Amino acid sequence: MQTSADWRPSASMATLVQRAKLIQQIRQFFYARQVLEVETPALSHASVTDVHMRAFATTFHNPLAAKARSLYLQTSPEFAMKRLLCAGSGAIFQLSKAYRNEEAGRWHNPEFTMLEWYRPGFDHLQLMEEVADLVKPILFATAMAATELSATTIHSLSYQDAFLQVLALDPLSATLHDLREHCANLGYAELAAAECNKDVLLNLLFSQHIEPVISADAPCFVYHFPASQAALARISPHDPRVAERFELYYRGVELANGFHELSNAQEQRQRFIADNLQRQAMGLPTIALDENFLAALDAGLPPCAGVALGVDRLIMLALGFNNIAEVLSFSHQHA
Amino acid sequence: MANISTNEFKAGVKIMLDGEPCNILENEFVKPGKGQAFNRVRIRKLISGKVIEKTFKSGDTVETADVMDTDLAYLYTDGEFWHFMNNDTFEQIAADAKALGDNVKWLVENNLCTITLWNGTPIAVSPPNFVELEITETDPGVKGDTAGTGGKPATLSTGAVVRVPLFVQQGEVVRVDTRSGEYVSRAQK
Repeated sequence: MQTSADWRPSASMATLVQRAKLIQQIRQFFYARQVLEVETPALSHASVTDVHMRAFATTFHNPLAAKARSLYLQTSPEFAMKRLLCAGSGAIFQLSKAYRNEEAGRWHNPEFTMLEWYRPGFDHLQLMEEVADLVKPILFATAMAATELSATTIHSLSYQDAFLQVLALDPLSATLHDLREHCANLGYAELAAAECNKDVLLNLLFSQHIEPVISADAPCFVYHFPASQAALARISPHDPRVAERFELYYRGVELANGFHELSNAQEQRQRFIADNLQRQAMGLPTIALDENFLAALDAGLPPCAGVALGVDRLIMLALGFNNIAEVLSFSHQHA
Repeated sequence: MANISTNEFKAGVKIMLDGEPCNILENEFVKPGKGQAFNRVRIRKLISGKVIEKTFKSGDTVETADVMDTDLAYLYTDGEFWHFMNNDTFEQIAADAKALGDNVKWLVENNLCTITLWNGTPIAVSPPNFVELEITETDPGVKGDTAGTGGKPATLSTGAVVRVPLFVQQGEVVRVDTRSGEYVSRAQK
């Protein structure tokens, strides 16, 4: 017998009861707004090209096929949900598990609960308002009366203003040299000297020095990320240096990431190809493009905004914890 | 030496940083949903003793440090070096004043000390948690003080100065906690 076996849950039963109530509250929020709940596959034959994401892969031995094929656990339900939108679903939401390899820590579990939703006709700024409507009662219900709650707004800053305010650095005009110098002054001389990718240095400064400061006391939205970090967001028609992408942070924790969604199939394909070129340059395996997703965009994605929110993190913050394991039935160490 | 990656960094792993062997205390994973992952690592430099924070790109590698701890018996000092012996192999090793640092005042002949070796050279010496030393000098205490409330300084045979209760007298052997430098009790006879 192994005496070190640890069968007990990571979270207390009281926390799991509160968790269940919050999940119910999230569903109610969308039912009340006539947003359709959907379920999409956890396993897909395709995955994401994002150079910083690694999917879990497995092998499907199909009893009706001669050859086994690779399947990937979804890092988010984004592609499948957009295919539903292209098929005319209208507004949809999903509460599901997302799976990300090589991610574990105080605020990361390799499988986690994600809330993802899409709003046809919304842009990113309208969706930010809806995100605020959802999270405010969850984060502040115990601390505030209903009237106070509705009067409370969540502060928002552009990515550029966040950098200017905290580091007096303009992220949109800074050169690689400027960023290296700034990183060196903050104690990252070695890392910065070896780094040729501006976005890596921006990620470093943002995650270590900006997120924790701007969201220390209250939640904070950041919008208009650099175009080089657009992911699946549209480039702003008003300023081609930025993408119509936003994030929500609270107490240094990244809670949500949203886009005014890119709907141009050609541009999407180009971004996937660019990711794969970068993967090659970094010595990473390239990823086969999700042709079903690209074909759906080609058929037409209605103009929409979408957002993914880390539910475990939201619950962690709502209940005053600082470790995601404290709100999970079983964290990956005990799974 | 071999290289190890940030995902192998855990408490107790020894790495080289700025030419100095270091002990990893803590390793935190930081990653934006979209973007580069980093490891923020708390590290103790083993020679200077300084604790620093350093951030690595996840997956970066660093050189490991050939650092090991070994328990050796203290023999004697020749004034320049302090000599220790492995009681099993009788192999001897000499540590310099830098490796000893403040701990020189807790060295008692034949006591087993933990010697930290880097590439075979001692860089730190940790005495046992408790040592017994004779008081060579202290003021005569006030009679009747048994509670040991006030206390007085006492110089021990190694030169260490600790606060002892007033009833403890010159010539007595006392037990001291070397981690805090505090008096524990009179030694058991």
